[in-house]
Amino acid sequence: MIPFLLTFLLALLLYLLLTAGSGNLLLWSPQELVAGVVLSLLAAAVAKNFLCRSHNFRMANPLRLILIPLYLLGPFLLEVTLANLDVAYRVITGKIRPGIIRVQSGLKTDLGIFMLANSITLTPGTITVDIDEESHDLYVHNINVPAGWEAETGVIDRELFSLADIPAWIRRIAE
Amino acid sequence: MIADILVLACLSIGILFNTLGIVGLLRFPDVYTRMHATTKMTTFGSMFTALAVIIFGGAQFISTGDSQYVTLSTHTIIAALALAFTNAVGSHAIARGAHRSGLKPAPAVVDRLEEWAP
Amino acid sequence: MIEPWYAAVFVLVILVCLALARLFLGPTAADRAVAVDTVNTLSVAVLILLGVAYQQIIFIDVAIVYAVLSFVSTLYIAKYLGGEL
Repeated sequence: MIPFLLTFLLALLLYLLLTAGSGNLLLWSPQELVAGVVLSLLAAAVAKNFLCRSHNFRMANPLRLILIPLYLLGPFLLEVTLANLDVAYRVITGKIRPGIIRVQSGLKTDLGIFMLANSITLTPGTITVDIDEESHDLYVHNINVPAGWEAETGVIDRELFSLADIPAWIRRIAE
Repeated sequence: MIADILVLACLSIGILFNTLGIVGLLRFPDVYTRMHATTKMTTFGSMFTALAVIIFGGAQFISTGDSQYVTLSTHTIIAALALAFTNAVGSHAIARGAHRSGLKPAPAVVDRLEEWAP
Repeated sequence: MIEPWYAAVFVLVILVCLALARLFLGPTAADRAVAVDTVNTLSVAVLILLGVAYQQIIFIDVAIVYAVLSFVSTLYIAKYLGGEL
């Protein structure tokens, strides 16, 4: 029941956001509201087992949801800008030293791994290639392996990021 | 006036990063390094062009009061978010598929994934 | 004065053509998949800019749907490359 309700609310919110300003009942026209409720019920009936697969409702807490935009606009934006300047420098000069390294994350939930893998892909000259499903370690392709890392078997995730402590933020949000 | 300058600046930054991404796609030696150029830089560049559109919509709403421009900005924000998430996951999937198909990173100082071999 | 949106769309379309060069040249299938992914991203940017240039908000809705559907196609291509399909 709870997965159904959460999926319904999420779909309805997205629909209302997309059709805002269509009429005079608050912001929406009555037809849009009825269509939104019917379509969200349908979507929730079909997709309830996909959204809440682990039956773990920690993310429904509004406080955690407020943290996500803060994280995206603060440390994440900073790291993305820095990473883009770094890759721009490497495109122009052609100085690369690629390699695949193993990164120990220590995260336990699926959502945490998902957010860390996406943050790694978009930030510091690195792309997540594969994930060890049991130990939740990441295999990361690094465009410029720092000297000495090719001998290490596992790098701690904190060392990948130069400015902000991204893994600590993800732990705060997802665990 | 300030909004015009901001829009032009965001558009220029977006085009610059997109161009560098394509140059990287044509120039880098193997598929993983090419992915670095395209994923990061075209996502960032497209986000900046979307930001230009968002600023334009906000400025037009303030000067004309037409609510159509708010709709423009919200839809662009949703499109930019969809773009950021899908691009990151898509490039991760391509990298995983490429490594499983037996494509090794050609110039590489280390390849830990090769030693793991599930 | 030329509208800045049209100029930006012009440059982006040239970039799409350059990415298509990698699509034809690419030595392996994965290179081609990366090129297709890039073309999809640039297409979404072009659609957003054209939506402003022509004052048509429906173009941006099309861009959202295009981003999500091209993501699904990318996932299927990646699964096929990895031999999991």
